[in-house]
Amino acid sequence: MILVWLIVILLGAGALAWLAGRFGAEWPRWISLVAAGFDLALVLDFWARHRAEVEIIPQGRWLAEFNRAWVPQYGIHFHLAMDGLSLLMVALTLFIGMMAVLCSWKEIQKGVGFYHFNLMWILAGILGVFLAVDLFLFYFAWELMLVPMYFLIAIWGHEHRVYAAIKFFIFTQLSGLLMLLAILGLYFVHHHATGVYTFEYSDLLGTPMSPRTAMLLMLGFFVAFAVKLPMFPFHPWLPDAHTEAPTAGSLILAALLLKTGAYGMIRFVVPLFPGAARAFAPIAMTLGVVGILYGAVLAYGQTDFKRMVAYTSVSHLGFVLLGIFAWNTLALQGAVVGMIAHALSTGALFMLVGQLYERTRTRDLNQLGGLWATAPVLSGVGMFFMLGSVGLPGLGDFVGEFLVLLGTYRAHVLLTALATVGVLASTFYGVQMVQRAFHGPNVHHWKIADLHGRELLIMGPMMILLLGLGLYPLPVLKTFSPAWKSLERSTRSVVSEARR
Amino acid sequence: MLNLLWLIPALPMAGFLILGLFGSRLSRQAIPILGAGSVGLSAAVSLWVAGSFFISPPAGYAYTQVLWRWLEAGSLHLPIALYLDPLSLIMMLVVTCVSFLIHVYSAGYMSDDEDMSRFFAYMNLFVASMVTLLLASNLALLLLGWEGVGLCSYLLIGFWYRDPVNGYAGRKAFIVTRVGDTSLLIGLFLLFRHLGTLDIQTLMERAAHQWPVGSPLAVAAGLLLLGGAVGKSAQLPLQTWLPDAMAGPTPTSALIHAATMVTAGVYLIARMHVIYQLAPSAQFAVAVAGAATLTLAGFSALTQADIKRALAYSTVSQIGYMFLALGVGAWSAAIFHFMTHAFFKALLFLGAGMIIESLDHEQNMFKMGGLRKELPVVFWTFLIAGCALAGVPLVTAGFYSKGLIVWQAEASSAGRWGFWLVAVFGVFLTAAYTFRIIFLTFFGEPKSHVHKRPGLAMTVPCVILAALSMVGGFVKTPEFLGNIHIFTGFLHHALPPVAATRAASMSEMGSEAWVTLALMAGFAVAYFCYIYRPEFSESLTRPAIGKALYRFWKSDWGMDWLYDRLFVWPVMWFARVDARDAVDSIYTGMARLCELFYHGARQTETGRLRWYAAAIALGAVIFVAVVLFL
Repeated sequence: MILVWLIVILLGAGALAWLAGRFGAEWPRWISLVAAGFDLALVLDFWARHRAEVEIIPQGRWLAEFNRAWVPQYGIHFHLAMDGLSLLMVALTLFIGMMAVLCSWKEIQKGVGFYHFNLMWILAGILGVFLAVDLFLFYFAWELMLVPMYFLIAIWGHEHRVYAAIKFFIFTQLSGLLMLLAILGLYFVHHHATGVYTFEYSDLLGTPMSPRTAMLLMLGFFVAFAVKLPMFPFHPWLPDAHTEAPTAGSLILAALLLKTGAYGMIRFVVPLFPGAARAFAPIAMTLGVVGILYGAVLAYGQTDFKRMVAYTSVSHLGFVLLGIFAWNTLALQGAVVGMIAHALSTGALFMLVGQLYERTRTRDLNQLGGLWATAPVLSGVGMFFMLGSVGLPGLGDFVGEFLVLLGTYRAHVLLTALATVGVLASTFYGVQMVQRAFHGPNVHHWKIADLHGRELLIMGPMMILLLGLGLYPLPVLKTFSPAWKSLERSTRSVVSEARR
Repeated sequence: MLNLLWLIPALPMAGFLILGLFGSRLSRQAIPILGAGSVGLSAAVSLWVAGSFFISPPAGYAYTQVLWRWLEAGSLHLPIALYLDPLSLIMMLVVTCVSFLIHVYSAGYMSDDEDMSRFFAYMNLFVASMVTLLLASNLALLLLGWEGVGLCSYLLIGFWYRDPVNGYAGRKAFIVTRVGDTSLLIGLFLLFRHLGTLDIQTLMERAAHQWPVGSPLAVAAGLLLLGGAVGKSAQLPLQTWLPDAMAGPTPTSALIHAATMVTAGVYLIARMHVIYQLAPSAQFAVAVAGAATLTLAGFSALTQADIKRALAYSTVSQIGYMFLALGVGAWSAAIFHFMTHAFFKALLFLGAGMIIESLDHEQNMFKMGGLRKELPVVFWTFLIAGCALAGVPLVTAGFYSKGLIVWQAEASSAGRWGFWLVAVFGVFLTAAYTFRIIFLTFFGEPKSHVHKRPGLAMTVPCVILAALSMVGGFVKTPEFLGNIHIFTGFLHHALPPVAATRAASMSEMGSEAWVTLALMAGFAVAYFCYIYRPEFSESLTRPAIGKALYRFWKSDWGMDWLYDRLFVWPVMWFARVDARDAVDSIYTGMARLCELFYHGARQTETGRLRWYAAAIALGAVIFVAVVLFL
């Protein structure tokens, strides 16, 4: 039941925030903050109470479940379920949600009510994506998070917001349609094989089908998730959407929306089509590595601060893709840690750019420089998250990338070596960013205010979590471990066949 | 008392956190007390720990302290754990004690800097990372320290960030060392893949057990680790960052870029020595890298005008000796030279810092001169350190450590005549450039005015280091000079002794005699060129060939020039031309195509009935034709 409440609270809070917007701008903010905070408290409480279960889950069972018939004649159920992977993602979503509300506090001044309505509904959609185990419901949630995101960019974005919003919409919508086709295809293939119409995830696992069909259906899912991830060469929507979105939009895009793509790969692409995914793995992994290097070099070449951070996402998510398709314990653990770490470090960098923009009204790296003397805390925080982004050991991203590469080395030595060069390439943009924004001479005589209370309240927890993830990632690793075991079990027969 | 071990990295870490978080609110008196104090406490604890280790050694001469569980996934179980054995103990002692002295010196050197708290914060973070690197029980934790010291190096080189040149030098150091780290990382993956762990001691056991001598996997692992080591220790072909790193404050150069961090590569190879024993060809590569670096850098040191750059090349060259020692299996000799080098090279940099300060930031040696009388303390300590660097017999520490390496370059089982020759030639070069520096700065006519004199905070650490540069060598003396071997005897609990199976054709005494001769020759050349006939050295660079060679050596054999063209510029060029992302144009092209089609289709919407009728008729005809004929 908790799963439904999580979503309903957000949906309700969104509606309430819209209505309350009439009575003053503070109301929607507080309503949203309290709703996301309350949800987060619920999840953390659940996590704490189920500690033992979380870490040694009996096979194939969910930690929490909610299942009601929705359209029974077509085998559609309103079925939400949570395992360790979803738990981590849900907690991350709600935490980032709170940060998103906080970082919009001053930035958003018009249409505050409707803005928070959209924010809450995006979060609800994302929770739906992470919790749905009925493919029809999953698709529904997938689309639900898209529309409010479109509004967020198109209404509250920067100069080219409409272009960026439309681009974002077309990319995700078209790829989403492919996924819908693949879902329907799977639905009929399953009926053909068993005589049962169902959208239920656990029923569809292991559906017998020819390799050709499996490959086609797998590609349908894959493309949808690869666009969201974003995988090279499907990434061009991302820099535009990121650059033009308001700060909270960029934060949610980077920290959460991209993760739905990775989550989909882990939850659906490989388990539903293990054979096809295995055959396709070399291509996917190669594209991941290309993304790592291409994203890093392009990030180095950008002069728009936000665009630069956007390209680093392409690079980081390349590691996640690489890890997922290596499909072994180390690589998957690394991918999940990497997803969370990227949410924290890149999300924080986007907020930092937002804070800088509020002060200087520019995102052009050529206009900035020498800010350290005038805003040492802000610069230090920027340095910290840059170091996270370049994979400095001790911070979360390192754990993710290190485990991914350790795992991938078993699957493919050459690609691992090239991806390791990607870690080096991240240094290029990292030090360049610090140099251009914070170091160097203060040519334009910036005198800006340093970070203050609310901003420290945002950055502090992000820093602590990133450091915690780097030095004590055990809670994450152990929570994901049983979920991974059941995911692996569903693909094991095929993998061992291929080995033979 | 070994369980106090965790305090040694924790204390400077605490110092970093306090200075980093509250540095702006602390008084200017409190900052150096806190910054140097945390390292001082750390040094005291490490002396305490070392004392109890000597008095009552733990079982197997090794002590492990597990702090907390870190990375656990699948078959990987890595805790945050510290490992103390004679090797890490000696390194740790030298690092914390020298660090403390340099921190005290910094309290004087940086007393006027507005960013003093940031400086001490970075320095403390450096000490914490360096100690973590040394004490790490597994390679992942070692990597944490390894990258941590690299980060501090970057931050401190670019400490005076307003000048873009400093920032450039910092970025260069970070990136070039990370090139090496890429190789190191891949080496780690290989080790884990084939030996199933990253715990160093288990790795060594399993490697010795599973891999035969000459195994290709061992060779690959050895070479990949060597890649990391040459990056960090500024050996060929990745030495180009170190001379530029001198842009940082001078205490930084002394601590990070001379005494401690740059020897991390030496430590890594010594720590992983079993791999190299299993891979003779990789070990040979270590020796070759060392031998080549020590000569090339020696030539470069001879041609520098900037005193810090000359010392930087000297560092590169001396670490070349350590690599040569590792490469011939003289493990303890490498660590011995690391220790003495830490004393005298730190002192040389601190002396250079005092000179530069007193001459109002003048670094060009040709504008110095005659400082012997003006700065007597600096002169005497610098002279002692210089003699130790050159290896003046009997009274300096450098004589014992370098002599041991030179002799074993030939006498050990992996030794070769060629290595010995290079090493002796290196002694000649070392003496020549060392006395060139001393003659140019302290002798001759004064060319600059002395503005201020160093205070006690700066001179006392120098005097202590000078004493260590003299007596630090008496822990291991040659057979014909007392045959003391406390140092090597202690280290042999962690590192194997030299396998002297080769019928050595040369006695230790004979080798030392040659070293002394080379030293005297080098001194004579320097004396001739810079005291006796100063115009002679100028005449050398007058002919075209002399000038070209001089510029070639001074620019580090053109390596920067080459790397710019091979690696740096292509990447920058690609990033610049593709800044708007060529992939995007595919999609915008598709959008453009749709627009074109729309414009084309719109042309047909004319509102004229005749055209519509004609189009419908034509369409019908085509449709019928298609149906009929296909």
